[in-house]
Amino acid sequence: MSLTTAHSVVAPSANSKRIAGTIIVLYALISIVPLLWIFATSFKTPPDSIAYPPKILFQPSLEGYCNLFTTRTRQTPDYINSLGPATGFCDETTRKRNMVIAGPSNFLPRFVNSLIIAFGSTFCAVFLGTLSAYGFSRFKVPLADDLLFFILSTRFMPPIAVAIPIYLMYRELGLSDTALGMILLYTAVNVSLAVWLLKGFIDEIPREYEEAAMIDGYTRLQAFWRTVLPQATTGIAATAIFCLIFAWNEYAFAALLTSGTAQTAPPFIPTIIGEGGQDWPAVAAGTTIFLVPILVFTILLRKQLLRGITFGAVRK
Amino acid sequence: MAEIRVQHLRKAFGDFVAVQDSNFVVEDGEFFVMLGPSGCGKTTTLRMIAGLELPTGGQILLGRDDVTMLRARERDIAFVFQLFALYPHMNVRKNIGFPLLAQGMPAAEIRTRVEETAKLLRIDHLLNKSVSGLAGGDRQRVALGRAIVRRPKCFLMDEPLGTLDTEFRDLMVHELRELHNRIHATTVYVTHDQMEAMSMADKIAVMNHGVIEQFGSPREIYDRPATMFVADFIGSPPMNFLAFGGGLAKGAREIIVQGAKVAVPEVREDIAPSDMALGIRPEHIRFDDASKLRGAIYGTEYLGTTQIVAVETADGIIKARVPAEIRLSTGDHVGLALSSARLSLFEKGSGRAVRTAIHDVASERRAQHG
Repeated sequence: MSLTTAHSVVAPSANSKRIAGTIIVLYALISIVPLLWIFATSFKTPPDSIAYPPKILFQPSLEGYCNLFTTRTRQTPDYINSLGPATGFCDETTRKRNMVIAGPSNFLPRFVNSLIIAFGSTFCAVFLGTLSAYGFSRFKVPLADDLLFFILSTRFMPPIAVAIPIYLMYRELGLSDTALGMILLYTAVNVSLAVWLLKGFIDEIPREYEEAAMIDGYTRLQAFWRTVLPQATTGIAATAIFCLIFAWNEYAFAALLTSGTAQTAPPFIPTIIGEGGQDWPAVAAGTTIFLVPILVFTILLRKQLLRGITFGAVRK
Repeated sequence: MAEIRVQHLRKAFGDFVAVQDSNFVVEDGEFFVMLGPSGCGKTTTLRMIAGLELPTGGQILLGRDDVTMLRARERDIAFVFQLFALYPHMNVRKNIGFPLLAQGMPAAEIRTRVEETAKLLRIDHLLNKSVSGLAGGDRQRVALGRAIVRRPKCFLMDEPLGTLDTEFRDLMVHELRELHNRIHATTVYVTHDQMEAMSMADKIAVMNHGVIEQFGSPREIYDRPATMFVADFIGSPPMNFLAFGGGLAKGAREIIVQGAKVAVPEVREDIAPSDMALGIRPEHIRFDDASKLRGAIYGTEYLGTTQIVAVETADGIIKARVPAEIRLSTGDHVGLALSSARLSLFEKGSGRAVRTAIHDVASERRAQHG
């Protein structure tokens, strides 16, 4: 080290930066390869998808997406030849495999179910979480510490540990296989996370803001709405992402409690495998589409997410 | 604008009594300062006047209305917080107009009122700026703007200059007082800084442990402290105390401290023998070799126009403020002469000041003004 350069104790040296960079790049590659593989598979034809050795370069095809959105029946070549000209790309591809399109598949309604249930439960959890966190943060709640501990304790065991009682309760209450039931369930699981995360954020907002607003002629609710909420958006966004990711990806409860009208995408996608051989491109296509909403939501709120994760690490 | 009348105000948080039996009147248009160390109950008192805390007992009257149990928004007051509480998601204009919005005032009227206020505070060029980029003094002005824009019954300020650096603080002390002289708003101002209190206040209440130790004009509080706490808290360096024993008889004009006779203002009450203290401000001490009250110089602080000299006597360190020209060196033996007319006497047990001739002047003066 030359004597003339100022040496900072805090700033990382060039070498450690390089090492950290390499580790991050490697880790990113390892994490992203499966995703890329799924993405690539979704554009393969079924024979290509099971070819050995695996094909890195292949002729891209939308067959997987066709198969994802349709159900097909096998027919004799004579019957297929007796039909009129193919009506589109999907029709044509299906006929080449000696099949005809019988109708739309359940993927779209299942995907919509996922959207309704995940966003619905996220909204409920964040809404309830914000109000309770504000209450815990600002008022003298009797037994506040015990209540907060109790709320947290709902996360001590994996939620699936209570699957059987919930299954029985839901059957009694008629909540099985309903969107409402799933929204309630995911809200219940997420609200503890929401309360704890948001309480931290709201504690950081000085109460002078509401006090100033209340002196200036606003009610507490107005003061909360106009001064606390705008400053808590970061925390709310971060909390919403965490809740959404859980509700969107949840598989076990969805598989147990939904089978028909309220079924979400995660338990639906594996069922595609069974329909007419192992249709990996259709499964991969379903997974790819399934990733899109969470990806968009996370990209939109990535700054808040980062702050949400590192929150509390550094005291201002 | 209105006067504020606080009667037997009390506030307890569980077992801790923050404010006990406070009584005072802030007259209409007066600049009233509550001064005291942190934790003395001054901010709690202010928050009770504002309606941010409810009292455990007592009454608060604003003008003719009993507001003791009213909500903050029903009191028609303005509050300036120590950290200003400017809403970071609004610009200066919206911050100042925020209270008017609550009243449902039409947008055009809000605009004119906000601009008038901004002009008064000389921040009209900042109206469309974000509050987060403002300098300390400007933030302070915006907070003041938000307070004066709605012309409330009174202003309450909780250490509003506490976070500013010294340079800004002196400037804002001057500006605040000037603003007060222009709009004559009844103001209650809380601070722990005696300089702010002395330079701005019409009336000061010095608080300690939830009790108002003294209520009066800055001059009264400085010249005739009612308790040893006030004498010690006000003044820099604070008042010196010289212990002496024995009682006092009404009419006495002399006491004996450390074997030296000291002339004092004529005593107006009989005091049973007990531990007493003679209080003397540093600037009322001269060096006089003839004096029997003697000590050795322990150290000096040179302040330019004056110097503070610490003298070690038989009864501890005494600080004197003497002209800067006097040449002194550590270890020199000096005699101390006290300006008899300015001395205070205290009962050590209760800390209470003994009534003497210096209090006559006050009552005479009050009689003349009344």
